[in-house]
Amino acid sequence: MTARVRKDYQQARWNEPVIYELSLPGARGVLVPMPDGEVQAKAGDVLGRLPKGMRRAELPNLPELSQKHVLSHYLHLSQETLGSNITNDISEGTCTMKYNPRINEVLVGDPRFAELHPDQDEDTVQGILEIYHRFSQIIKEISGMDEVTFQPGGGNHAVYTAASVVRAYWAARGQLEQRNEIITTIFSHPCDAAAPATAGFKVITLYPDKQGIPDIEALKAAVSEHTAAIFMTNPEDIGIFNPRVDDFVRIVHEAGGLCFYDQANANAFLGVARAREAGFDMCHFNVHKTFGTPHGGEGPANGAFCCANELAPFLPVPRVVYDGKKYHLDYDKPQSIGKVRDFMGTAGVILKAYAWTMMMGAEGLRETADVSVINNNYMLAKMEGIRGLDYAFRGNGIRRQEQVRYTWEPLKNDTGVGTDDVNNRIADYGIEHYWTSHHPWVIPEPMTLEPCETYSIDDLDEYVEVIRTISEEAYADPAFVKAAPHRAASHRRNDDASLDDPAKWAVTWRAHVKKTRK
Amino acid sequence: MTKKLGLIVNPFAGMGGRVGLKGSDGADTLQKALALGARPEAPRRAVEALSMLQDLKGALEIVAYPHEMGEDEARQAGFEPTVVGSIDRGHTMPEDTVRAAQDLMRLGVDLLLFVGGDGTARNVHDAVGDRVPALGVPAGVKIHSAVYATTPRAAGDLAKMVMEERVGAFHDAEVMDIDEDAFREGRVSSRLYGYLRVPADTGHVQNMKSGRAAGDEAALAAIAEHVIEAMEAHPDDLFIVGPGTTTRAIMDRLGLQGTLLGVDLVEGLRLVGSDVGERDLLERSQGRRSHVVVTVIGGQGYIFGRGNQQISPRVLAQVGLQSLMVVATRQKIASLRGGPLLVDTGDAEMDRRLSGYARVITGFHDEIVYRVEA
Repeated sequence: MTARVRKDYQQARWNEPVIYELSLPGARGVLVPMPDGEVQAKAGDVLGRLPKGMRRAELPNLPELSQKHVLSHYLHLSQETLGSNITNDISEGTCTMKYNPRINEVLVGDPRFAELHPDQDEDTVQGILEIYHRFSQIIKEISGMDEVTFQPGGGNHAVYTAASVVRAYWAARGQLEQRNEIITTIFSHPCDAAAPATAGFKVITLYPDKQGIPDIEALKAAVSEHTAAIFMTNPEDIGIFNPRVDDFVRIVHEAGGLCFYDQANANAFLGVARAREAGFDMCHFNVHKTFGTPHGGEGPANGAFCCANELAPFLPVPRVVYDGKKYHLDYDKPQSIGKVRDFMGTAGVILKAYAWTMMMGAEGLRETADVSVINNNYMLAKMEGIRGLDYAFRGNGIRRQEQVRYTWEPLKNDTGVGTDDVNNRIADYGIEHYWTSHHPWVIPEPMTLEPCETYSIDDLDEYVEVIRTISEEAYADPAFVKAAPHRAASHRRNDDASLDDPAKWAVTWRAHVKKTRK
Repeated sequence: MTKKLGLIVNPFAGMGGRVGLKGSDGADTLQKALALGARPEAPRRAVEALSMLQDLKGALEIVAYPHEMGEDEARQAGFEPTVVGSIDRGHTMPEDTVRAAQDLMRLGVDLLLFVGGDGTARNVHDAVGDRVPALGVPAGVKIHSAVYATTPRAAGDLAKMVMEERVGAFHDAEVMDIDEDAFREGRVSSRLYGYLRVPADTGHVQNMKSGRAAGDEAALAAIAEHVIEAMEAHPDDLFIVGPGTTTRAIMDRLGLQGTLLGVDLVEGLRLVGSDVGERDLLERSQGRRSHVVVTVIGGQGYIFGRGNQQISPRVLAQVGLQSLMVVATRQKIASLRGGPLLVDTGDAEMDRRLSGYARVITGFHDEIVYRVEA
């Protein structure tokens, strides 16, 4: 079968103004009638009841539009996106963009869940507490850890929770001043450096050895009586699993430090390997990635932070506990780091993840890992021979896991077409931009792809064919590829430099007006 | 407005390499290379770089010196260059490069694209300093200077981005001075010659997941903050600050007039010596706690033995290696492509002691443990 490649793809291009620019003074979406006399009399002076400090002196600066124009504005914008569920999103390496069953959206939309309020008495929310409890049992089994909290609002937040727990642990021992360094690796998720830094630790980063595995000799040189912990991802962002991870844990433990395993994306090892057996004291999962709940568009996300009994006293409160008859929220944890988020975290994500996990079953989780690794290696094999394309640490004899960090460096040297150009061109085939890598680019001209278990062989073949086609285009007519995209909604940023200039960039209309007015 | 690209080709750059002469500096060497059958490398590379600018034709004015110094290459790449100056055809000298760079700067070019090697970069530096953005197309035998793009095409691509105003930042890159006579005898003797303003390739499409990488300025400020914290913690210690723009950021943040290419001394946040030599360093650090702050020089990974020979093995032995602070941005470490940091102090025993793993300060309370080899 020939892979489908959408050569005649053409995205809508509306050149849509900012909604403020569409404003027509006096236009209204909804005309609310004045209440009749009786209601007015009963209500009295409504505004007068507002505290003075909360009353506006002037009307807010909102755009004025009819309902129809608001609707068409946002429909235009939606047609100019290339997101999940509309495109082949193998592109988003490290993001685990698997397909998420629609039935779970029905579940969270059910009023029996959707209309719960986190301030309700715990007697009236026993159902969702039970789901928290049950899902925590599942996560404990998957990680091998003793305790878990779902309070963090995402992966980075869970890693920050880990850093806070490490800080509380050393403070409780009176050694925080001495144990002030956290070690990480260059291909770990950047939050493994950023979260400890935010929690006040010094960050020590290890580079890889020639095989692309974190340099164990560098670790030996790095550990000392100052080591508070190591925060490491595995498999790392380049898709290589560190086979000596237990040695890393041993070296850090021997130096007196704690070990945190970043398992944001667990797709490669569900049911295969556990943090506990590798010797770790803590780990986390991005529930919204591995466990079949949608992400992107800034959420909602959830980070499950797991730890061994020794660290459990420091977990955030409240804890969901079960006394054999009823579920309770337990705030009585004097050594707790406190709350890291309001209430109980993102309950909707937990409900969807619980439903997904129950649908999959234990064997299904293991199959998820197997298929995602097979998909990735199938795609890697098909990518072989595409001119100008290579991948990081080729020939190191280590099988790639769930993703690969490719490099367009040969193409760049041959034609001047680099990864940013290919990335612009890929949109012309109806495929969303791919993930290059974090900065700085340790692997030059990077492209990181992650074909999860939910992609069909057609999806994989389509992706490879598009990549092959763009490579051929680059060799035949580099200027054409460098001028891409040609068929996408938005062309190019007209002023790249301004994104680096705080005097110019603006993320709100108010900031834009303020910065352009002067 | 039409953009102006200044083009300078050193036609003889790279000729010594193919015939094993390790460079083309000096009239004698050049004659020898020609006698050995060397062919010009630079013109081909110039055309290759210019080919990247094809679709700007009409919107771009190329200004060049006559004949083989740029005119011919521009025409071969399909451009109609504006030709200025005059040369003695077939007998161009380093002075021609200097003159050309001066003339092109006066004509207000937006970028000086020069094709050559370390010697060419020094000539351009002599002529324009940091007054006009410049970028090298690599054609020399050995290139120790960081002002060159990795390939001619990469240079052309970056030049195109400058012409399209898609380059957001320019940064100072090292021009190195290698003694070619010594180099031919198997010794590397080099010093930091100066800096050119080169365009930084920051036009990457960023995935919002990572946010935008901090610019060079922010990274340098963070490194400076880290070192200054140590200076504040040890007000009675002597800080020996090596050459380079990374270390200059420390002096700038302290409001001190350091020397860019020399070694300076700081004590209690005050400048207590500038552009000092080995003898001074030995005297001043005698019997007191001292710290050595150095950066990666020359884009190849050297932390000792290139551009900072004043901080000699004797100085290092006296102050002790535990006091060493190596500073570099993450971008600079990434540009080593996994290659090690290098030391070449001239003393095998000191090189051995420096080898192994070093902590490189890459930001505030942010370090990378990195391999060091002799």
